Amino acid sequence: MNYNVDEKGYYGEFGGAYIPEMLYPNVEELRQQYLQITAEESFQKEFRQLLKDYVGRPTPLYFAKRLSEKYNTKIYLKREDLCHTGAHKVNNTIGQILLAKRLGKTRIIAETGAGQHGVATATVCALMGLECIVYMGEIDIKRQAPNVARMKMLGAKVIPAISGSKTLKDATNEAIRDWINNPIDTHYIIGSVVGPHPYPDMVARFQSVISEEVKKQLLEKENRENPDYVVACVGGGSNAAGIYYHYLNNPKVGIIAVEAAGKGIDSGESAATSKLGRMGIIHGSKTLLMQTPDGQITEPYSISAGLDYPGVGPMHAHLYTSGRGEFISITDDDAMKAGMELSQLEGIIPAIESSHALAIFKERRFKKEDIIVLNLSGRGDKDLNTYINYFKL
Amino acid sequence: MNRLQKTLQLDKKLLSIYFTAGYPNLNDTVSIIQELEKNGVDFIEIGLPFSDPLADGPTIQASSTQALKNGMTTALLFDQLKDIRKTVQIPLIIMGYFNPILQYGVEKFCKRCQEIGIDALILPDLPLEEYKTLYKATFEKYNLSNIFLITPQTSTERIKVIDSNSSAFIYMVSSASTTGSQNGFSGKQTDYFKRIAKLKLKNPQIIGFGISNHETFQTAISNAKGAIIGSAFIKIIIKEGIAGISSFIKSIRNF
Repeated sequence: MNYNVDEKGYYGEFGGAYIPEMLYPNVEELRQQYLQITAEESFQKEFRQLLKDYVGRPTPLYFAKRLSEKYNTKIYLKREDLCHTGAHKVNNTIGQILLAKRLGKTRIIAETGAGQHGVATATVCALMGLECIVYMGEIDIKRQAPNVARMKMLGAKVIPAISGSKTLKDATNEAIRDWINNPIDTHYIIGSVVGPHPYPDMVARFQSVISEEVKKQLLEKENRENPDYVVACVGGGSNAAGIYYHYLNNPKVGIIAVEAAGKGIDSGESAATSKLGRMGIIHGSKTLLMQTPDGQITEPYSISAGLDYPGVGPMHAHLYTSGRGEFISITDDDAMKAGMELSQLEGIIPAIESSHALAIFKERRFKKEDIIVLNLSGRGDKDLNTYINYFKL
Repeated sequence: MNRLQKTLQLDKKLLSIYFTAGYPNLNDTVSIIQELEKNGVDFIEIGLPFSDPLADGPTIQASSTQALKNGMTTALLFDQLKDIRKTVQIPLIIMGYFNPILQYGVEKFCKRCQEIGIDALILPDLPLEEYKTLYKATFEKYNLSNIFLITPQTSTERIKVIDSNSSAFIYMVSSASTTGSQNGFSGKQTDYFKRIAKLKLKNPQIIGFGISNHETFQTAISNAKGAIIGSAFIKIIIKEGIAGISSFIKSIRNF
């Protein structure tokens, strides 16, 4: 089976471009040009150069010795937390800003939840001297004040989304409405592998540098390109898409996706889309979606602002329903404990999103000789307040 | 031929009104439809509210949010409309986003529409390609016209494909915008109306988005078969209730 996108923009039965006609010319322009532009030598050269000199790639593949000893298996951490701006998000924004420039766009819009993608977008806009507008839910603006300040320092305008539940889902709606109202000069930098085709594939390709590096680095360290498992947390799923990408069609490599169970799958406060969602349409994509029986999109919950999205990228919906991916849900409590554990065993404070992925070692046993590569997608600085409140530090 | 197709053949310019079902009060749906017909509106778009209406501006968003809070559902809308053809003759269209219909079941939805006497659907986020391959046969089986949108950015080539897949009218979005976000038409917009008129499409065009008063209505109907008013109508109904419908429609037509 093929786990990449097909020529119609679908992953199995998921994906497509369920967009109003007002967005069609923009999305169609991207669809027709993204593969060609990103394959150009000059694009690749500039992209690679920036990833190296500006982002700080390749990020290390670090053998976590004490964590491995504790769980009696071999755990490598892909250190995306060491990227400039503190997470993998910037791999995608660098790629999209270069694409936007080649399409002649002068105005950049983005949505953000916790603010990581907003910061990564504001960063590349400052770098390229382009106007930047970030939509952020009014509630998230209050919760994530330091990232709002960062975006402002970087020259971005942060516009509160005051519709609906005033969080990520609504910020995305507002960004899409902005794009409808500004169809000529504006490029929309979506932050995850969500949205209408070609976004899920385009973002996955920009993030695929993660697994491209893992293959080389693992060859050096273990004399093999393929781990037994790749592990990542999944909200929309961009860091997961990045670390799965070069292993998608290799059945020898197990794919593990970790979702946020929030206060528990059945608590009514959860973001475990694979368990709680049904096929539906969100932000232009047919995918698994948390919704009422009547088809209204519901509000998810997780302690981690980067994981509380009511849908999931169509690639991941396909990995789940086809059985290719193993989906595990982790509660707030287990994630927080795993974050503390990594801090004290390895001296690395992870983002709470990544802490969800780290919590699987308590949930699931691996063989002693198994090699597991876990994507440490972000650093914990932005989450310090949440850690402080949770552990009464 | 369904009611809508017949109405579109009348030798007159048409006025259509959009309203959100279940708003301002849950059970206003039927009274609003009856009042609109009584005041000479030619056809009606009944909005099925959705939690995340991407193509809509603040007015219709707020009405949708409130309608859902009031308890509006797809099943309830069908229940409210079950006897509508005993009192109302003009064409009725359901306008909504695709997800609630997908969850209800597309075939079941279309069947129910036919039983009740709905003539057409407008689903802005159902793409042309998916409609053609997956749903067109179902729509035709239940004698429902599917209405597509075009915008100033839609290419002539695509407009022709849309025309050949349409069976009632083409919904001409007046500008690149969400609903209710502009006042008045610019020269650029009237140029666009004229450009489309010159294409001599098989289906008549009805202009929507940005029509709020007599002046904009006149501009629209001098360039197309008719016009649709949504946000401006919702603003009236929130301010004046059903009692305000009559004077609003008169002010648009300027009788």
